[in-house]
Amino acid sequence: MNTGFTFKKGVGWGIFILLFGLMPIVISSSYQLNLIGHILIWGMFAISFNMLWGVTGMLSFGQALYFGLGAYSVGLMVKYLGVGWYFPGIAVGLVLAVILAFFLGLLVTRVSGVYFTMLTLAFGQLAWQVTFKCYNFTGGDDGIVGIIPPGILGESKIAYYYFILVTVLLSIWFMQRITHSPFGLMLRCIRQNPERVLFLGRSVRYGQLRIYIISSIFASLAGALMVGADNFIHTDMFIWTTSGEVILMSVLGGISQFFGPFIGAISLIFIEDIVGAYTEYWSMIIGLIILFIVIMLPNGVVGELMSLKQRIMKSRRTGGCDASHT
Amino acid sequence: MEFSFFITQFISGLTMATLLFLAASGLTLIFGVGNIFNFAHGSFYMIGAYLGYQIINIWNVNFWLGLTLAGLGAGVCGLLCESLLLKRIYGRANEGGFQILSTYCLILIIDDLVKLVWGSEYKSLPRPDGFQGAVQFGDIFLPSYNLLIIGIGFFVAVAAWWILNKSRAGRIVRATAVDRETMGVLGVNVPLTMTLVFGLATALGGVTGALAAPMRTVTPGAGIEVIIDALIVVVLGGMGNFWGAWMGALLLGEVNAFAIVFCPKWATLFSFLVMIIVLIFKPEGLFSPRKLRRV
Repeated sequence: MNTGFTFKKGVGWGIFILLFGLMPIVISSSYQLNLIGHILIWGMFAISFNMLWGVTGMLSFGQALYFGLGAYSVGLMVKYLGVGWYFPGIAVGLVLAVILAFFLGLLVTRVSGVYFTMLTLAFGQLAWQVTFKCYNFTGGDDGIVGIIPPGILGESKIAYYYFILVTVLLSIWFMQRITHSPFGLMLRCIRQNPERVLFLGRSVRYGQLRIYIISSIFASLAGALMVGADNFIHTDMFIWTTSGEVILMSVLGGISQFFGPFIGAISLIFIEDIVGAYTEYWSMIIGLIILFIVIMLPNGVVGELMSLKQRIMKSRRTGGCDASHT
Repeated sequence: MEFSFFITQFISGLTMATLLFLAASGLTLIFGVGNIFNFAHGSFYMIGAYLGYQIINIWNVNFWLGLTLAGLGAGVCGLLCESLLLKRIYGRANEGGFQILSTYCLILIIDDLVKLVWGSEYKSLPRPDGFQGAVQFGDIFLPSYNLLIIGIGFFVAVAAWWILNKSRAGRIVRATAVDRETMGVLGVNVPLTMTLVFGLATALGGVTGALAAPMRTVTPGAGIEVIIDALIVVVLGGMGNFWGAWMGALLLGEVNAFAIVFCPKWATLFSFLVMIIVLIFKPEGLFSPRKLRRV
C-alpha cells in the first residue's frame, strides 16, 4: 500500500478531474448535467458507505438516516430562516450528523454482524417515520419544494455543478487519505481479525465508532449537496431503499476497491435511467442484475476486472500455463 | 381504565403478538438452524397474503383450504429461492453480508412481481364464515377472529416445540444447528435438511400472511414492515431462541396495543423505544442467557 503521491495515482486523479470537469462543456442538456451531478453525489455517498462495509466490515442499512439529516437540515433552515441560511444549514447538518452518529454509534456498535445491519435499518426507519409524521414541520409526504441555493449557485446550474464537483473531489480525496492511513489499516484489521486488534491493545469498538461517525458526516454532506441539485427534499431520502441503493452500488462496483462504489454509482444510475425509461418495474431488473453479480462475480465489476488482469499477467509470466485461481 | 376496556386492548395486543410471533418464528428458525439471515422473510409473508387473496377471494375456495394452499405456495417459493440462490453463497467469505444482499434483491424482485401480477392497489380479504362476529363474555365483546388467531398461534407454538424437541426430525434439525459437519459424517443429508427447514419457515411466513390478511390490508411493500417488526421481536427475545421470540412478540404486541390508546400518533415509535432500551441493557436479548460479548 502506497500512502504517498505516485505518478500513477496522479494520472488517475487527473483523468477523473478532467473527465468530470469538462462535462458541462461536452453536454448541453440540463437533464444530463443533473444526472452527472447525481453520479458525483451518489458516488461520494457510496464511497463513504463503503468505508463502513468494504473497509471495516460493518454493513449498515441505515446510512439514509444521515443522508436525510443533511438534506433536511439545509431544507428546513432555508424554509424557516431564509435563503441566507443555506451554507450554515450544511454546517448544522454535519454537526448534527456527528452528534447523532456518536450516540447512535455507541448503541449500534454494541452488536455485530446481522444484528448491526438490522439495528441500523431500524433506526433509519425510525427517522423516516418521525419525518413522515411531523407533517406540520417537515411537510411530511409532500416534502418541501423550491429550495434554491443563494447567489450564483442558485442562478446557474453549471456553477452548482462545479460546486458539487469540488466538494466531492475534496471529500473523496480526504476519505482516500483516511483509508490509506494507519487508522485505515487498523479498520481493515477490524474487519479481518478483530481479536488481533485486541491483542494489539487497540479497541475494536472505538475504531468502529470513529469510522461510523466519519462515514455519517459524508453521508450528511451528500444529502446536503442533493438539495441544491434537485431543489427539493422528500421523506424518501430517509427510507430504507436509499440505504439499499448505496449497498447495491458498492456491490456492483466491488467493495474491495476504494473507487469500486464510485464505478458502481455510475453504472447503477445509468441502468436506472435507461431501464426506468422503458418500464416502471426497474427495481426488479436491478435486483436481477445484482443477484447475478452476487452469485457469479462475487468481487464486483472492478474487483473481477482486477483479478482478470492479474490472471492474464500471471499466465503471461508463466508462459501461458494458468495456475489454478481461487 | 375500565376493566373491560383493558381486557379488549389486552386481547388485541395478544392477537398482534401472535401474528408477530408467527412471522418471527420462521426468521429465528432459519437463523438458528442454518445461520441464514433471511431478509426477504417478510416478502414470503406478502406472497402468502396475496396467494390467500387470489385463492380465497378470486377463486372462491374455502378459507381453510386457501390458508393451507397459500402457505404451501410460499413454502415452494422459499424452497426454490434457497436451492437456486442461497445455496450458492454458503461458506463464502463475508457470507452474512452476501446473504443480506441476495435476500435484499429477492425483496426488490418479489415486490415488483407482486405489483406486476396483482397491481399496486390495496387488497382485502373477508373473515371466514363463523368468525365474523364477536364473542361475549359478560359485558366484554371480543372479535372471534382474534381469538381464532390466538388459538392458531398457540397451536403452532406447541406443535413446533413438540416437533423440535420430541420428534426424530426435530432432533436432526437441532443437531444440524449445533454441528453441520458431524451431522454430514453421520449420514444426514445436511443441504437437504437446510432446504427443507427454509421451506418450512417460509411456509410458516406465508400462512401468517394469509392469516393476517383479513385484519390488515394487503399491500405491496408489506414485506419490509413485517421484517422490521419481526426483527425487533427477535432482537428482544434473542436470535434463534424460540421461546424468546414468543416473549418478545408478547411484549411488543402489548406495548403497541396500549400505546395506540395513550398516544395514537406516535404509537409505532414505542416498539423502537423498547428495542433501544433492551439493547442498552441486554444486547443479547431479554430471554437469552448472558454470555461473553462478541467483538
